[in-house]
Formats: sequence, C-alpha cells, structure tokens
Amino acid sequence: MKEAHLQEYGLKVPVLTAETPDWLEPVRKAGIDRFAAVGFPTARDEEWRFTPVGPIAQGTWRHGTGSTHGVTRAQLAPFIFGHPEWTTLVFVDGGYSEALSSTGALPAGVRAGSLAEALRADGAMLEKHLARHASIEASPFTALSTAFMRDGGFLHVPANTDLTRPVHLVFVSTREAAGSVTYPRNLVVIEQGARASVIESYVSLAEGTSYWTNAVTEVVAGANSWIEHTRIQRESERAFHVGLTHVEQQRDSHYRSFTLAMGGALARHNLHARLNGENVETLMYGLYLTRGDQVVDNHTAIHHDQPNCRSWEVYKGVLDGRSRAVFNGKVFVKPEAQKTDAKQTNRNLLLSDAAKVNTKPQLEIFADDVKCTHGATVGRLDEVALFYARSRGVPAEKAQRLLTYAFAAEVTSEVVLEPVRSELDRLVRERLGEM
Amino acid sequence: MLEIRGLRASAGDKEILKGIDLTVNAGEVHAVMGPNGSGKSTLAQVLAGHPAYEVTAGQVLYEGNDLLDMDPEVRAQAGIFLAFQYPVEIPGISNAYFLRAAYNEIRKSKGLEEVDSMDFLDLLEEKLRLVEWGPEIMSRAVNSGFSGGEKKRNEILQMAVLEPKLAILDETDSGLDIDALRIVASGVNALRKPDNATIIVTHYQRLLNYIVPDQVHVLSAGRIVRSGGKDLALELEARGYEWLEQEVGAAS
Repeated sequence: MKEAHLQEYGLKVPVLTAETPDWLEPVRKAGIDRFAAVGFPTARDEEWRFTPVGPIAQGTWRHGTGSTHGVTRAQLAPFIFGHPEWTTLVFVDGGYSEALSSTGALPAGVRAGSLAEALRADGAMLEKHLARHASIEASPFTALSTAFMRDGGFLHVPANTDLTRPVHLVFVSTREAAGSVTYPRNLVVIEQGARASVIESYVSLAEGTSYWTNAVTEVVAGANSWIEHTRIQRESERAFHVGLTHVEQQRDSHYRSFTLAMGGALARHNLHARLNGENVETLMYGLYLTRGDQVVDNHTAIHHDQPNCRSWEVYKGVLDGRSRAVFNGKVFVKPEAQKTDAKQTNRNLLLSDAAKVNTKPQLEIFADDVKCTHGATVGRLDEVALFYARSRGVPAEKAQRLLTYAFAAEVTSEVVLEPVRSELDRLVRERLGEM
Repeated sequence: MLEIRGLRASAGDKEILKGIDLTVNAGEVHAVMGPNGSGKSTLAQVLAGHPAYEVTAGQVLYEGNDLLDMDPEVRAQAGIFLAFQYPVEIPGISNAYFLRAAYNEIRKSKGLEEVDSMDFLDLLEEKLRLVEWGPEIMSRAVNSGFSGGEKKRNEILQMAVLEPKLAILDETDSGLDIDALRIVASGVNALRKPDNATIIVTHYQRLLNYIVPDQVHVLSAGRIVRSGGKDLALELEARGYEWLEQEVGAAS
C-alpha cells in the first residue's frame, strides 16, 4: 500500500541518510515525493496496461534485512559460472556479503564493490552519476528505488582500460526474504575508451518463496567505450520482480545487452537507452521463457537523440502453460537524429493453447532521413520444419524440443563472452528439456 | 523394396494423387517425371509422411511393411530419406548438431550406441569430400542463409551420412548451376549400391544425363501415364509433356 511505503520512508530516512552522503538526501526526498504524488500504477496506465501490479501494490513488504542468513558458497555454486578469477559480488537479501564475494585481480584504477561502501568512502565520485540517469519519472518503482536505495553493485572502469574479466553481480534471495522487498541499486560507469563486461543475476535459494525485488541499474557508456551487459532473472516463481536499466551512451560507444527472464510470478523489466552522441551502437537481445501462470513483461525504449546511430533489437519468447508475456518496444528518433538505423524484432513461440502474448512496437520518428523497421510474430512451431526434422529420424517430441531450443539459441548465440553464452545455453536447455 | 498400389492422396479438398501403381526393387533407380502440378512432388512427400497430405486410398509396402502406418521418423529410421525440394532453414542450431542428432536417432533405433561429436566429425570428413565441402559448413546454422545450390548439396550430405536404403530426391536438380548439378549427381552415384534404391523426381531430363535411371515414369494429373526405359526421358526432353498428354488424352 502506498501509505505504508510513505510511513516506512519516514522511519527509514534517518538511518538511510546517516549512512550516505548529504547530497543524496534531496535525491531520496524527490524520489519519495514523486511516489507520493503518483502512487502505484494501475491497469489504467498505458505503460502498465497488461501488467497487473496489484499484488505488489496491495502487499505489505518488510524491508530486506541485508543479513547473509548463513548462506554458504556451496549454496551459491549453482548460480556462479565463468572462472574463479572473475570478480563476483554477492548480495544476500539486499545486503552485500563480503564473505561470499570474491574480487579477482582488477586492472589499475578499476573499482568494483558494494555501492553502500562506495557511498561511505567516496560519495563525491558517485554524485555525478547516481540517480542522475534513471529518472524518477520513468516509473513509480524507480522513484521508490531512489528513495530507499541502500546497496548494490558499483563498477567504475577508468578511461582506456580493459576490464578483461567480467564483473558478476549476484542478488540472492533466501527463505528469510519471504514477504520482504529489496532495492538492489547498481551503478556502472565505463569511461572513455574503456571496455567491460557486466553480468547481473537475480536468483532464489528458496523456490516457492514470495518476495519482491525492485532493482535499478544505471549504466554510463563513455565515448568510444565497449560494454556487454547480461541480465539473468531467475527469481522464485512466486516472487515479484520489477527492474529498470537505464543506459546513457556517449559518442562512438557500443553497448550490447542480453536479458534472460525466466523467473518470477510477475516480472517486469524496463531497458532504456539514450544515444547521446554520434555513431553510437546499441544492441538489445532478450529471451523470456515462461510457464505456469507467470507474467513476464519487457519494455524497452531506445532514444535516438543524435545522428548516425544504429540500434538493433531482438527479443524472443517461449511461452508454455497459462503464462503471459508482454513486450513493448519504443524507438524515439529526434528531428536531429538523421541517418538513424533502427531495427526491432519481437518473436514469440507458443507451446500451449492457453499462453498469451501482448506485443506492441511503438516507433516515434521525427527525422526524415532514417531507416527504422519493426516486426512482431506470435505463433507455433513451423509444421514443415517439424516434418523436416522427423523425416531425418528425429522423433516428434524431440523434434519439437530441438526446434524450440533452436528458436531460443538463435538469440543467446549473440552473446560475445563465451562463458556467459554457455551459461545461458545451459539455462535454456535446462528449462526446455535436455536434448 | 517398395510397392505402391492404387495410391490416392489429397491436400485439403483437392485430390492430387489419383491412383498410383509403382514397384521399385533394390538396386534400381527410378525417375518420376511430369509437368508442374502433375503430383510428382506430392508422391515424394507422401512417401516420406508429410502431414499436409491425407492418403485416401491404396497401399504402400516398404520391405513388406505398411509404410503408411509409420510415422515420418520411423520411416527415416527404416531407411527412407527424402531430399527436400525446399530444404528448411533452422537458425539457432548448427548443421553438425542437427545432423548428429539425426544420425544418433537412427543409430538408437537400431540398438547402436550414439556417437559423440568428435567421432562424428571423423565420420563427416569422408562424407563432406563427397559433396566437395570443407568442414566450415558444419558450424553454420542448418540451411540458414545457404544459397539454393548449397541447400541441395546439404541434402545430399545428409543423405550420405544417414545412408538410406530408399532415397527420394524431390526436384534436387532445380535451381542448380552446372557445377552444383555435377556435385550432387556424383554424390548420388557414389551412394548407389546393389541393396538400395533411388527415386528421382524431376521436371527436366538434365539430371538423368548424370544419374542414369533404370525406369522412367511420367505422371500426369495424378496418374502414371507412361513408363519406359531411359530413352523415354530423352523423348520427353525432345517433344515436351504436351505430346504425351495429348496422346494419353486421345487414347482414353
């Protein structure tokens, strides 16, 4: 309930502000004021038409304790991948766990750690970026995150530095998280000419637990930087997950994201990119795998503010059971953004009669010399392709799995970093059935 | 090996095959020719079990068993292979992955052990040589972005790996340039054995210069209207299908 969150703010703010720099206090205040003014969205809000957030809005949510609750490395093992020398930052029920994290050797000048610590140690450095890009007007959930943010990942890669090994942020919910909300808040600043891979994982140690994750990630891509950003959402299938990723791109930067959504009773992710310089390239790949009564919603927005930029977006979904997916892809092209090249594709594969998709491309183009296309499909496996596989000796049920896997693999194969690609492949196979 | 008796088949309400009789023995190559719309591709697809067609009458015996009662995968496991006229693109899985999956399913059906990807690559090497390809093609997604000629060559490669007893080539020559035609034909010839058989469905005589048939059958409006030796194909090439259709029309 809205009132409960406002009261909570009154109680929490002295604690929160005691931990964080002074400049953050008015930022938090603006967040809660915004939330007080707009409240939770309803089905009457165009942005939330197909995504019923009632269970979140009507729920009472304790704030996550941020204690490690006795979690062991062995328990986390199924969610950790790549190489031991990667930097893996683990957050349990909203709080950073130094004991469970491991920081590999980082290139000179790179900062990778907990946001809460960074705010205590060198808040001034964060002042320029934290909550400056993800607008509190983006959604009431972002406003709440801004009011209540406490911890999350902080990564800073200085100019002309190659991070070489990725940084993996792992947000774990335990059984203790039942009935609570956490506000993971991440800031990733990749300076001019730098190169980095970042992975965010949202996972649960207690399948069947109901909790709420409200995550916000801000990414700053400096001029001529290169970033691969992977987001793996594997929450409990009774959990609620709302997330916003905002990417601010400067000239000549290359940002590519891959978003896998397979958890949550209700999961919504907004991915917004602002192309704020010339010759920017933005690639957004997504895959959602839903079953049961899951509702998974992806909203993307690409803001072509400057000329000569390219954006390429492919989101695919495989839906089973009575699950439902929402896709909304916005592309805004400003009058000055001539020579924009934007392509958006959303393809959905239905494995059951009861699964549903609401897909909507939304292109708003105010420049005249541009190339913008979009396409959306919702359908079943191709009969002829099934026959093709069967005519080669593959039994019907296996042919279906093979083609379903192929449908998903087409998009996971776009991930550049091999260990990440393999992990995504493993998750897809695990969900769709081994072949 | 194959005995087709009085076979009738429809797509939706439209009857396409109107009573086909055909016997193919081991070691033989049969060419099925005919104008567009005569039903020759339908015949090929019905034999492989394409779900778009419904068999309304007749019988097909394959090695003494009721072929029409078998699922497409069971037919493939029993040694039937259809080289598609329009091979299907499957983005997302590699040619090697797909072909190994098929190869292993056929092995499993025979009670043989599956082969791992390394052993499969060894086996592929020889088969690739047959279609004059390097190993790069195997890491590309199945037929995805392949040229028309590459797709047809890929069908022959699949055939070479799966080693069918009865291969049915559906318009494999259409859209091939002369080099691709030569490669495809020599691949097919290399796979000919006394204990297997081939049915070549084609509109043109061209492919039959390379793969010499034992028998040629001409299909018109869903029936075989003439059967003969390889000279029949040459006669058709010289005189066209109309001649035969008129002759048949006059006779009936």
